[in-house]
Amino acid sequence: MARLSYLKALQRALADEMARDENVCVLGEDIGVAVNNVTTGLLAKHGPARVVDTPLSEQAFTSFATGAALAGLRPVIEFQIPSLLFLVFEQIANQAHKFSLMTGGQAKVPVTYFVPGSGSRSGWAGQHSDHPYGLFAHVGVKTVVPATPEDAYGLFLTAIRDDDPVVLFAPAGSLGVRGDVDMDALGPVPLGVGRVHREGTDVTVVAVGHLVQAALGVAEQLADQISVEVFDPRSLYPFDWAGLAASVNKTGRLVVVDDSNRMCGIAGEILATAAEEMRLTAPPKRVTRPDGAVLPFASELDLAVQPQQEQLLTAVQEVYKSSR
Amino acid sequence: MRERSDMELYRTMRLIRRFEERAIELVHAGEIVGGIHPYIGQEAIAAGVCAALRDDDVITSTHRGHGHVLAKGADPVRMLAELTGRATGLNRGRGGSMHAADFGKGIYGANGIVGAGGAIATGAAWAAVKEGSDRVAVSFFGDGAVSQGVLLETFNLAALWRLPVLFVCENNGYATTLTVAQSVAGSITGRAEAFGIPAVSVDGADAAAVLDAARDAVARGRAGGGPSFIEATAYRFDAHHTWEHKARVRYRSDEEVAAGRSRDPLDIHGVRLDEGVRAGIDADVEALMAEAVAFALDSPRPDPAGALDHLYATGMRGRNGIGLLDTAVR
Repeated sequence: MARLSYLKALQRALADEMARDENVCVLGEDIGVAVNNVTTGLLAKHGPARVVDTPLSEQAFTSFATGAALAGLRPVIEFQIPSLLFLVFEQIANQAHKFSLMTGGQAKVPVTYFVPGSGSRSGWAGQHSDHPYGLFAHVGVKTVVPATPEDAYGLFLTAIRDDDPVVLFAPAGSLGVRGDVDMDALGPVPLGVGRVHREGTDVTVVAVGHLVQAALGVAEQLADQISVEVFDPRSLYPFDWAGLAASVNKTGRLVVVDDSNRMCGIAGEILATAAEEMRLTAPPKRVTRPDGAVLPFASELDLAVQPQQEQLLTAVQEVYKSSR
Repeated sequence: MRERSDMELYRTMRLIRRFEERAIELVHAGEIVGGIHPYIGQEAIAAGVCAALRDDDVITSTHRGHGHVLAKGADPVRMLAELTGRATGLNRGRGGSMHAADFGKGIYGANGIVGAGGAIATGAAWAAVKEGSDRVAVSFFGDGAVSQGVLLETFNLAALWRLPVLFVCENNGYATTLTVAQSVAGSITGRAEAFGIPAVSVDGADAAAVLDAARDAVARGRAGGGPSFIEATAYRFDAHHTWEHKARVRYRSDEEVAAGRSRDPLDIHGVRLDEGVRAGIDADVEALMAEAVAFALDSPRPDPAGALDHLYATGMRGRNGIGLLDTAVR
């Protein structure tokens, strides 16, 4: 076993894939010097033909990657800021994603888009702190949000190898997570397969990304009163509905914690599906950012908008009580 | 050599012309749903540029894309089947007029978003360079696209990285109904020149002139000389979209349209051919289009059960909604 950080896991996954497959190339802003510590050492190793520092032209280089992928390459794009994904929504959702269907299966677009540091990074304010994973899940772009170092490694590998576009969100709150990892066991993690981090029998908590750590904290806090099962979907689209059903059908109670806006968010989708298809014995709850939230700058305000461990704890207790 | 290329240019233009005319008939007959953006009047541009290309070169096209797709070598029979939404179409009936593609011929598709193809073509050009190939890529777009930011960003990338891409701006005078004078400050070629991209303006109604310009640009690209830009001016004879045939939007005077139509690219180039040769090509094209129409209308329609086939290259399927694809509400 070795100690591996989430950030190192991302770095290692990209380095391993670039070494394994010469069609993998990486594009992005300031990646030559690795400002986000993911592309570290890649320029020196593979040169500027495979590690491309781009001008600040997100829309052009995103579709540029689509063209390169249509011609046989496997580009990976680093976005410094999650909100840049709004800028390139046309290029991903309306171009890259649609080529396979629109061409009747003639074309594939194996591009990976990744954001190292999505969500709030304290003090980055309104335009740098979003978590737009729900948007991509909604339009049908494969979307993954790993929560642990081994999943960061495995899902990044899978994303790069996948023949469709995949967006990988690495939450800012996860980058510092470290884990004891069997390095030899590191490998691809399939899309659409969730992971139960802690088994329980009373309440299922579905936690997305960095909130898995908060959910594990709540489960520990409540251990002598409520048995909490922590379910991490790992990929939001495709979603492991069967895995969730297995958990919810056992506990009968569901709370979702999701660091994105409430309206039309992934938490709402999970609740709706559970209500339609699973055996709930109590009304479920979700803990999210408010409707239409824009993260305010001041730390107190920023924190007031994000889901917190205390709110999750309260929600779990309420759902547990309401069924008795 | 010149004679042969003159015949081929004419044949391509005649094919595009008759394809479009037959397609318009099929729109009005209700056989093509949603309508089309006719390319009539601009045939010399697609024919001239594509005559300078090889099969393995790449093109990206526009919403007004039939001419480019045909000139690059797509089968007109399967193309018409695509427009009529048939399972035998180029895209198996999943793309239609605005997304017709044939990757086997380097045709990365018509595209429904103005200016979107430029960066895609440029990325494909980059892939060619990385592969060590002398392939080039061509991005066709209209005068409306030069107001799209992403295209200007793309000029910068292509010039910066000296990529073998040819930008072809088809200036037909109108972005839907907005004139170039109303939409373009400065000049169209000036945009390319600002990035150090060699730019020329040619008569887009003269296929031979377009071919000459395209040959220079393609040679530069193959030799590692970087991107080129051609502004080809021509007149759109028909509507922006067949929708106009019924909507009767007025934005061009009858006099203007008549003057524009008086410079017919088929006649401008047609006089270079022997009359008998021209008549022979016309007859061949007529027979081919008759075959295409018959094939399209006789072809099976796609099975609704396959509406989501090819949504993902990996074959992944999400959940169904509540519609025809569901046998029952789960």
